[in-house]
Amino acid sequence: MTRSVFFKFLARLMMPVLLLFSLVLLLRGHNQPGGGFVGGLVGASSIVLMTLAYGADDVRARLRIDFLRAMFYGVGIALVAGLIGLIFGDAFQDAFWWKPYIQGVGRLEAGTPLLFDVGVYVVVFSVTCSIVMSMAEEGERDDVG
Amino acid sequence: MVLIFAVTTGVIFACGIYLMLRRSMVRLIIGLSLLTYAVNLLIFSMDDLSTRGAPIIGATEPEKMADPLPQALILTAIVISFGVLAFTLALAYRASQAVQSDNMDVLQSTDREV
Amino acid sequence: MLIILPLLIPLAMGIGALIRFREVRRGVVVIGTFLNMLVCLTLLLGLQAGGMYVSQMGGHPAPYGISIVVDTLSAVMLAVTSVIAFGVVLFSRVTIDANRERFAYYPLLAFLLMGINFAFLTGDLFTLYVAFEVMLMSSFVLLTLGGERGQLEGGLKYVTLNLISSTIFLIAVGLTYAVAGTLNLADLSRRLSGIEAPGITTLLAGLFFIAFGIKAAIFPLFFWLPASYHTPPIAVTAMFGGVLTKVGIYSMWRVLGMVFPQDLVYLQPLILTIAALTMVTGVLGAIAQTEVRRLLSFHIISQIGYLLMGMGLMTEISLSGAVFFMVHVILAKTVLFFVSGITHEVQGSYYLKKLGGFQKSHPLVAILFLVGALSLAGIPPLPGFWAKLTLIRAGLEAQQYGIVAVALVVSLLTLYSMTKIWHEVFWKAKPLDIDPHPQPLPTTWRGELKPSPLAPLPDGLQRDTEGKVGMIHHAPTDPILRETLEKHVPVNPEGEGSEDQGGGAPFGDRIGFLKSTFDDQGRMGWLLAPTILLVVCIIVIGIFAEPMYQISVQAAVGVLEPEAYVQTVLFPGE
Repeated sequence: MTRSVFFKFLARLMMPVLLLFSLVLLLRGHNQPGGGFVGGLVGASSIVLMTLAYGADDVRARLRIDFLRAMFYGVGIALVAGLIGLIFGDAFQDAFWWKPYIQGVGRLEAGTPLLFDVGVYVVVFSVTCSIVMSMAEEGERDDVG
Repeated sequence: MVLIFAVTTGVIFACGIYLMLRRSMVRLIIGLSLLTYAVNLLIFSMDDLSTRGAPIIGATEPEKMADPLPQALILTAIVISFGVLAFTLALAYRASQAVQSDNMDVLQSTDREV
Repeated sequence: MLIILPLLIPLAMGIGALIRFREVRRGVVVIGTFLNMLVCLTLLLGLQAGGMYVSQMGGHPAPYGISIVVDTLSAVMLAVTSVIAFGVVLFSRVTIDANRERFAYYPLLAFLLMGINFAFLTGDLFTLYVAFEVMLMSSFVLLTLGGERGQLEGGLKYVTLNLISSTIFLIAVGLTYAVAGTLNLADLSRRLSGIEAPGITTLLAGLFFIAFGIKAAIFPLFFWLPASYHTPPIAVTAMFGGVLTKVGIYSMWRVLGMVFPQDLVYLQPLILTIAALTMVTGVLGAIAQTEVRRLLSFHIISQIGYLLMGMGLMTEISLSGAVFFMVHVILAKTVLFFVSGITHEVQGSYYLKKLGGFQKSHPLVAILFLVGALSLAGIPPLPGFWAKLTLIRAGLEAQQYGIVAVALVVSLLTLYSMTKIWHEVFWKAKPLDIDPHPQPLPTTWRGELKPSPLAPLPDGLQRDTEGKVGMIHHAPTDPILRETLEKHVPVNPEGEGSEDQGGGAPFGDRIGFLKSTFDDQGRMGWLLAPTILLVVCIIVIGIFAEPMYQISVQAAVGVLEPEAYVQTVLFPGE
């Protein structure tokens, strides 16, 4: 299967943009449209794009992430975010915020909902990637055989 | 608006069910995904369908807000159906490789005595 | 705090089960399920005096947040499930091959447990949907893990029908929200119970009935179950067969019983008819089967009929009987699947005609089977008898003689079916014919495969002075047997015949029929321990039937008279 040069170039151009955009979506997600799920999907789409352009083996060789494990780490992060509320607050997933004011930047907002979103981001990112990659690998094997 | 919505939902439901009744695995999966879309539209129509503001405090007057709950339900349903359909797709792919066919009628080996 | 633990323990266990070291990983799941069992039993004991535990997720008060509620019914279900989960984890240790274990078998099992626990804990309709999906996703992957052809075929049917069921469930949830404006079960119960619009609520009740009915495998909707449940490894089948369909029934009791009681009265003839048909078709299907797992799968369907009957009669005593029956059937069914796993482990087959002679060679296994089977059939003093007695008394009191007659006849047929297994597997001598296509051994067997020095050998084989197994000098006269033996057992174990089959094991890969002689005590212990645990549970419940019945009554009253539930969830301060 030959892959277009234009497509490869565009994919490389788009990948950092998509990743940055996914981070923006993640960080604003707790009180504006966005969040871990959308962010994770957008982030994964950058990897999907690279997989389409360069092939699954190439991408996997460079990424070296065990998606299955990453997925469970994501669940772990989300669990920790919920546990903080349970231990220090009233109930599981009780929200805690930390809002320092940084001179010249503005008010920073970080809290357990954001941590939860990070966990969701990791889960969605790795699940999507692992599904697409395994399917792409199967397809490539079919092309050869 | 309500009429358009109702007809659209109904047509998608009909298409989904029609496709699911075919023998092909691919059509089955397309049918299933259409079915989930139709359900999402159905839940969406549980709220007032007139144009209202986004349910964000500060952006809209509380009286003019749309009901956020159906939207939250749809979002969750989309997430779940995304995961399930991706899995089904992979499963159908493996199954079609194992039986060398796209025909659902071939999948009978577990129902017969060996 | 305690009440959220049945969610958190499986979740943490799922993450812990990813540890690379095999023994640590196994230790984590064993300890995790054990802790889960302790917590669930503590919850059940704490509710003996009545009352319930309530917690609101994220601190948002009901009905705006997600309520986590444990009343007696939930606690009973949690407790039984936790015992089963512990048993299944022990049983998995030797029956799950290394490949499956490496590919996240234990994390998936943990997430399955979390989904089931979540379904029992939640007091919110949409969260119930999410719990079902968590449970189903894990069960999808567990069912197809390994990717054998039968698994893929059965998996596709299972996935499709369960997706349709979820879709119907979601439609019903959406319509309920449109009608009532809330999804909290307590709030729904309060708002819908007095409503004077029978059309729409009956429609909703019907939708829920179909959605849960597919998951519970009731009469016309059960075809996915016998097509798929026998395909995965036996530990997975035991977990599925024991618990999964019962989650559907639990949800039916919870949602229909608490929110739509008046429609249940309206639907009663339909439900009772379906219950009778479910019992009959299930048991007739079972009688026709010759493969143990398929036979037991059909019995699952048949038992679902009794649970449905308890709901259909909708009296306090009938629902108590059904709760009792639920506890008993979960335990008994899992025991039977475990026993079929043991017989497969020893003789390498699930087919009745290829098994035999267990009463002589493994009397303990025979006793374990007998307890499970007789309890399922309803022989006193085992719990199945008390449960069926209560159900039948309820049926007579409600003057529903038809369903009572069906229930009694189906009990008899169940006994017949169990007798068939008993005769084929335990009484009859082991048939001598040898499988022409022996199953390749699971990978865990390689390397640790040594014939026990004391185990008896089948005809035609002998040991030499070093304990190696070889053919007797004067080979058996049966030409087919001799040919098979020559093909599979090299006369000289060191010879080249064993080399080309690879795999480190002394006799290569293809000696499935010899498994009967390798009675490895350690492996057997891991198989027997969980089975004995569950059998002890069954016997204890049978002996202490009175306290168990009191708990069942308490659970049934909690569903039929939801005022206390509503009060505790919605107005905790008052």
